[in-house]
Amino acid sequence: MASSSVPKGTPNFPEYQTEEGRLKIFGFWVFLAAEVVLFSTLFATYLVLADRTAGGPTGKELFEVKDFMIETMLLLTSSFTCGLAVLEMRKGNKKGVFIWMIATLAMGLGFLGMEISEFVAYVHEGATLQTSAFLSGFFVLVGTHGAHVTLGVVWISLVLTQVAKRGLTPMTCRKLFIGGLYWHFLDVVWIFIFTAVYLTGLI
Amino acid sequence: MSEQQHASAKHHITGFVLSLLLTFAALFLALNTPLSVGLKLTVIIVLAVFQMLVQLVYFMHVTEGSKIYQIISFSYGIFVAVCVVAGSIWLMLLNGMSMY
Amino acid sequence: MGLFNFKMPEHFIIMNNPLIIGAWISIILVSVGIVFFVTKYKKWGYLWREWFTTVDHKKIGVMYILAALLMLFRGGFDAILMRTQLALPDLKVLDAQHYNEIFTTHGTVMILFMAMPFIIGLMNVAVPLQIGARDVAFPVLNAASFWLFFVGAMIFNISFVVGGSPDAGWTNYVPLAGSDLTPGVGINYYLWGLQIAGIGTLATGVNFFVTILKMRAPGMTLLRMPMFTWSTLITSIIIIFAFPVLTVTLAMLTFDRLFGAHFFTIDAGGMPMMWANLFWIWGHPEVYIVILPAFGIFSDVISTFARKRLFGYNAMVISMVAISGLSFIVWVHHFFTMGNGPWINSVFSITTMAIAIPTGVKVFNWLFTMYKGRIETPAPMLWSLAFIPNFLIGGVTGVMLASAPADYQYHNSYFLVSHFHYVLIGGTVFGCLAGMYYWWPKIFDFKINERISKWAFWLFVVGFNLCFVPMYLVGLQGMPRRVYTYGEHMGWTTWNFVETIGAYLMGVGFMLIVWAIIYSILHEKRDRSGDPWNGRTLEWAISSPPPHYNFSRMPSRVTSADPFWDAKKRGETMFDENEPLKPIHMPNNDGMPIVLSGFMFIAGFGFVFEWLLIGFIGLLGVIGSMIWRSFKDYDADHYVQVDEIERDQAELKAALEGRS
Repeated sequence: MASSSVPKGTPNFPEYQTEEGRLKIFGFWVFLAAEVVLFSTLFATYLVLADRTAGGPTGKELFEVKDFMIETMLLLTSSFTCGLAVLEMRKGNKKGVFIWMIATLAMGLGFLGMEISEFVAYVHEGATLQTSAFLSGFFVLVGTHGAHVTLGVVWISLVLTQVAKRGLTPMTCRKLFIGGLYWHFLDVVWIFIFTAVYLTGLI
Repeated sequence: MSEQQHASAKHHITGFVLSLLLTFAALFLALNTPLSVGLKLTVIIVLAVFQMLVQLVYFMHVTEGSKIYQIISFSYGIFVAVCVVAGSIWLMLLNGMSMY
Repeated sequence: MGLFNFKMPEHFIIMNNPLIIGAWISIILVSVGIVFFVTKYKKWGYLWREWFTTVDHKKIGVMYILAALLMLFRGGFDAILMRTQLALPDLKVLDAQHYNEIFTTHGTVMILFMAMPFIIGLMNVAVPLQIGARDVAFPVLNAASFWLFFVGAMIFNISFVVGGSPDAGWTNYVPLAGSDLTPGVGINYYLWGLQIAGIGTLATGVNFFVTILKMRAPGMTLLRMPMFTWSTLITSIIIIFAFPVLTVTLAMLTFDRLFGAHFFTIDAGGMPMMWANLFWIWGHPEVYIVILPAFGIFSDVISTFARKRLFGYNAMVISMVAISGLSFIVWVHHFFTMGNGPWINSVFSITTMAIAIPTGVKVFNWLFTMYKGRIETPAPMLWSLAFIPNFLIGGVTGVMLASAPADYQYHNSYFLVSHFHYVLIGGTVFGCLAGMYYWWPKIFDFKINERISKWAFWLFVVGFNLCFVPMYLVGLQGMPRRVYTYGEHMGWTTWNFVETIGAYLMGVGFMLIVWAIIYSILHEKRDRSGDPWNGRTLEWAISSPPPHYNFSRMPSRVTSADPFWDAKKRGETMFDENEPLKPIHMPNNDGMPIVLSGFMFIAGFGFVFEWLLIGFIGLLGVIGSMIWRSFKDYDADHYVQVDEIERDQAELKAALEGRS
């Protein structure tokens, strides 16, 4: 399995130092490609159902520019800090990793809080999963992204406890790097939610 | 080595600035311009695609590791995603199927 | 729909029919028998260490194949029941409801719990050996894939005795499958059985994709890979990009049924057509997932037993790549008749017909491979030879169905039923059997008995054609699929009777296949030398069964697509015997996959009965298992020491000398 010889052209970073690390990082890219299709199915359904409000509230009535812009900024910035954490990881700076990753997680939690209060507000306005096809599509698409963010927060926190215990080894670095990939990917998905759900809903 | 790292920090800041610019451009175009709906949709989708490329290149380091295979896998995912989204919209919305 | 709602369905334990009571009795007897004998012979520890926690791709492959044979029995039994009911007009063997349940479970079991695991089992057995790898890229994930598939299959299969089977067809079309028209647990079983197995399959796709791209032996470039490995690579790609669609589609119908969402409902703006659309976006690639590996098996088998290099290697590869792309843009041909405009139907007719081109290229390549070859016909080759004409019939009728206007006539008739059985049995089942016979003496140290296998072959193939040729005819005469009986005056009696005879012959053929396996385990000659067929590719260069690390030295002389054949002609082996043995890095066995899957079973069962608390407890267990595994990930491997490798080699040498 893991071989000590590192193939030519491999980046000189800790997460790529073992065969296992290289396989897992590539495998995770493939998984993300599958996630692209997973979210595309949710997007396709949402877009097909977006006008079917069945007399219930429409996107124009529900979406608040200020709220979803704050959510967007939180995720975009957390993606940036997550990138910085990976940079610190490659420098071998454990403290830097913790600072930037905790910042990332804090913004992730902020995003989740915003999203939950957004959902609660919608429900109070009579917009629930059961109201219309549009809202079923909305809640499941945005909710699936939210569930991914939740998983990401839990996952990265657990990896950080492993880093705290074991330091920045090739193995923990690989885990951090993959956690980072996941986090950036969720930002990509959010950009499309921002565009296809919120902006399109307001046009 | 340290110069390379310095460069990558700059790299990340560039990516962040670009993503902010693209986001606000999309918001402004969508809400504050008199363009037609079709044109607005086209432009904001194009901006979102650029935004995705920014994330992939500046933050996700798609060009490291198994570069070619990673790019091919991700592109294939996008090909299927386009088939799913465009195909569903074509079938379900633009072809009279929406009456069912 | 509260968290603490434990409403019992109307019938929890199903006992309303002598057939099902019989099933209950046999299930209880077999379970008690297994527990009794395993306990009596103190085999629990052995099973746990050697099988339940194994991460060895060969053992996982064997478990997949065993499960697939079991499911072939279950699905085949459903088929026999259906054919018995339809043998003559107005029979009362099954009532309408029972018939609906049986054609639903037959289709679902055969596609998802027979064809898929059979194919994936053969991939597990053969692919790492063919590319010179010591395991797959993610061995623990591989075990998890198997156990998730197994749990999905078990959840689906208990439906007929606990709570009631799904009855909306394997395509599970809404609004019929929605909670308004079909309340109860049957459809939930379908949703959760497929969901859980599907997650396992997706993981398999990622695993083999990475394995094949990153773990090939030195010298094995992409264009030197055996054709089965190529087909596995392409299949993995299709799995990776098709299965997420199924995951989401099933989840959305689950939301409709459990939480009152409106994706596919008739009221509140839901869109029933969207189900058909999404189902077939996954469903069409799915049929290529089960047929492409069969193509790969036939390519390897035909070139081995014609003693010739595969004709048109590059054309074969290009064809498969083309099929993988096309497979995602043809799905509408499954619902030409649902009211699409002429533009859509025309475009999808053309893309569908286009698939015939690469497929035709492949058929010619197989024929040219055999041309002027020294053909031998042991069991694997027999099935491959039978495949070509039978698959051709299925393929040509497929092109007929691809023409949208004509499809208005064929749609939902027995013509269609016959078409897809010709491609799925004539292609996939024949391919799986060919692969099983072909690699059996690689996984074990004996072949499957030739004489019994030939009897089985002829009975099965003759029965198959007797069963399905008449279906084309009654289909053209207007007999619709999924009817549970028909009247004398329709004029379909004779052909239906012939079909039933054919189905019974296939049943006898299947029993002989199983008998041949049992007979061979007991009586067949043992041979550990590892090259029983005079093979061409890497897997035949090592002993049978291979050591758990597969290759004691890495193969070092891969210079063509038939490396072992060429090495034999040069009088060489595949290995540099002067290279010193080195310790081999291998993964440890792992209990996480089976524990995680056990929790998944609890989750699935809870959600099927809409007992949300149990469902969520199961899901927490799943997440907990993953976290637990992540923390003990740091100690998950070991080295096989040189003296153990040397001991294995000495033992093999003694066994081989004892033979000669």
